[in-house]
Amino acid sequence: MTIVSRFLAAAIVAGSSVALAAPALAAGGGEKPPRQSWSFYGPFGTFDKAQLQRGFKVYREVCAACHGLEKVSFRNLSEPGGPSFTEGQVKMLAAEYKVMDGPNEQGEMFERPARPSDRFPKPFPNAEAAKAANNGAVPPDFSVIAKARSYERGFPTYVLDILTQYQQQGPDYITALLIGYEEPPAGVKVEDGLHYNRYFPGNKIAMANPLVAVFDDAGKPQDPNFYPDGTPLTRLQVAKDVTAFLMWAAEPKMEERKRTGVKVMFWLILLAGLLFMLKKRIWSRLDDMPAKAH
Amino acid sequence: MGEHHSTYVPKTGIERWVDARLPIVRLMHDSAVSYPVPRNLNYFWTFGGILMLMLVSQIITGIVLVMHYTPHVDHAFQSVEHIMRDVNYGWLMRYAHANGASMFFIAVYIHIFRGLYYGSYKAPRELLWILGVVIFLLMMATAFMGYVLPWGQMSFWGATVITNLFSAIPVVGESIVTWLWGGYSVDNPTLNRFFSLHYLMPFMILGVVVLHVWALHHVGQNNPSGVEVKNYAKDTVPFTPYATVKDLFAMVCFLMVFAWFVFFHPNFLGHADNYIPADPLKTPAHIVPEWYFLPFYGILRAVPDKLGGVLAMFASIALLAFLPWLDTSKVKSGAYRPAFKIFFWVFALVCVLLGYAGSQPTDKAVLTLGGRVVLDMVGFGQILTIYYFAHFLVILPLLGLFEKPLQLPASIADSVLASTGHGHPAGAHASPEK
Repeated sequence: MTIVSRFLAAAIVAGSSVALAAPALAAGGGEKPPRQSWSFYGPFGTFDKAQLQRGFKVYREVCAACHGLEKVSFRNLSEPGGPSFTEGQVKMLAAEYKVMDGPNEQGEMFERPARPSDRFPKPFPNAEAAKAANNGAVPPDFSVIAKARSYERGFPTYVLDILTQYQQQGPDYITALLIGYEEPPAGVKVEDGLHYNRYFPGNKIAMANPLVAVFDDAGKPQDPNFYPDGTPLTRLQVAKDVTAFLMWAAEPKMEERKRTGVKVMFWLILLAGLLFMLKKRIWSRLDDMPAKAH
Repeated sequence: MGEHHSTYVPKTGIERWVDARLPIVRLMHDSAVSYPVPRNLNYFWTFGGILMLMLVSQIITGIVLVMHYTPHVDHAFQSVEHIMRDVNYGWLMRYAHANGASMFFIAVYIHIFRGLYYGSYKAPRELLWILGVVIFLLMMATAFMGYVLPWGQMSFWGATVITNLFSAIPVVGESIVTWLWGGYSVDNPTLNRFFSLHYLMPFMILGVVVLHVWALHHVGQNNPSGVEVKNYAKDTVPFTPYATVKDLFAMVCFLMVFAWFVFFHPNFLGHADNYIPADPLKTPAHIVPEWYFLPFYGILRAVPDKLGGVLAMFASIALLAFLPWLDTSKVKSGAYRPAFKIFFWVFALVCVLLGYAGSQPTDKAVLTLGGRVVLDMVGFGQILTIYYFAHFLVILPLLGLFEKPLQLPASIADSVLASTGHGHPAGAHASPEK
């Protein structure tokens, strides 16, 4: 057996310990995240613009140092169905970032302030740099993270979700993770560079509690005016706000999608009704002449 | 109904001129307008048309997606996100295509089980049935390769696990896998050839569908009574308007289910892991195939030996092609076979449970007695697998010999009369007889 095939045999064994709809997270340890209420739940759910703006602030001031948003452009922030910043705000915001451009006429690369059409610059130039700065772990990009995380729903909940429209496994998990840091229970040893988290699969996560940037050890806000709009500053609120922002980043066309869907459904139901009546009418021709269908 | 004569009458001079040189309008008229269909067909017979709709939908959305997709390991994931974010209605094209694959399989499974229940594989429809099995195989290959294209974690690892199955072949297995990959692991050459084949195969499906429909129109449709058409005037209705309007209504109902997923639940049928870019150095905790492959995956895992598992999995599909000769009953329709009816539903349940077994961890307990695991998922899968094969190889051959079927109706018209008490077909509006 070659190394490759032995490796693949191991992969098949790994694949054999399968759980339906439990990507990445089902491995032992890690509580089921509690359900949160979301403004974007259900066929008519939309994003809460103020929440997205608060969430963006959290992302920018807490997460962005390590986690990229490389598939999102600055211009997206002012597009409909998103945080709805003004174009002027986005222009100013983009200008605070530096991006590499070029080559210029001399054949040299140069740095310039970002424009709304640019994507968010990566926090690290490459995976190696990210590893070197983070104890060997690469902080994942956040562009689609809200769709890339899940937890096992189990049968029959999983099937009922089709009707109840529950599809917020990702957001619920992310929120839970952010508020799930705590002291390890007695007897659990957490190695250096790892942190105990109630909801993380295996409970030991490389990322330190990111919300210490907002709240001190006693749970008091570092800056009482962190939210200028007067929203109560709690851990759960901050976690939910940044999660909602990440959901938007992963699915920026969600509002357009649902709006289109409602229209499509309306027309399909109407068309089905008309076709049903037409069908009845045509087939009723057979009622009285069983022998002369042709 | 090959003997069904053409009723097309060209009306204008141009039509006569064309008809004398290329009778294409006549062909269309004969196969979509005057083509006689049994008058007692129920709504399970609308799934052929629904499948045609899904094939066309997949091809159209697929062609648009290809205009924006980049088949390269460094760009594939990014280009899919580009489609989702920057292409006008790109999200619609992609979600319609991804969910469309699942809808295609839902429809094909209903279509297949309809055939199984009503004995649609029996003479003279053996070739029609075998062509259907070929389409099913092509669909599976197409769907598998399509799932690889977004180049997420599940794309990469699914491709790795499934292509590696071929290494179970003695002596040449490893060489075949290297040949499939175009290298020593799933990499850019693999992605490129999967993309090429994923674009080719739907057109192969289309070709076999043409043969499938040709065979259908030659032998005529089976029907819920399983009795062949005896008198065209009494037993059949013209395709247009009767079947046309019924198929259209069914299609629109099906589209509503489709739209529910596309617009309101687009990622339900996918895996969260596939939103993580492929990483050859990081194996996901659980590698799961798409839901429509799970019963076959269940069979694969039930056999402890790797080669045996692969053979069992392929045999479970290949077996379908021999069904016309394995079922020894002279009676087609399950409606007139009391014992078969029970075995049919048991078989359907076994298929669903096989899918469940395929989705669960192998060491998960299924049955515990006094705190001791009596049956785990592997054992459960083995029982189900044995039953799956026994259904085709033991139950169906014997059932035909020992079962006492019910009295068949003399004709389709008679069966309609018997089922409604009126002279009109089931499904049509009932009105008192005059």
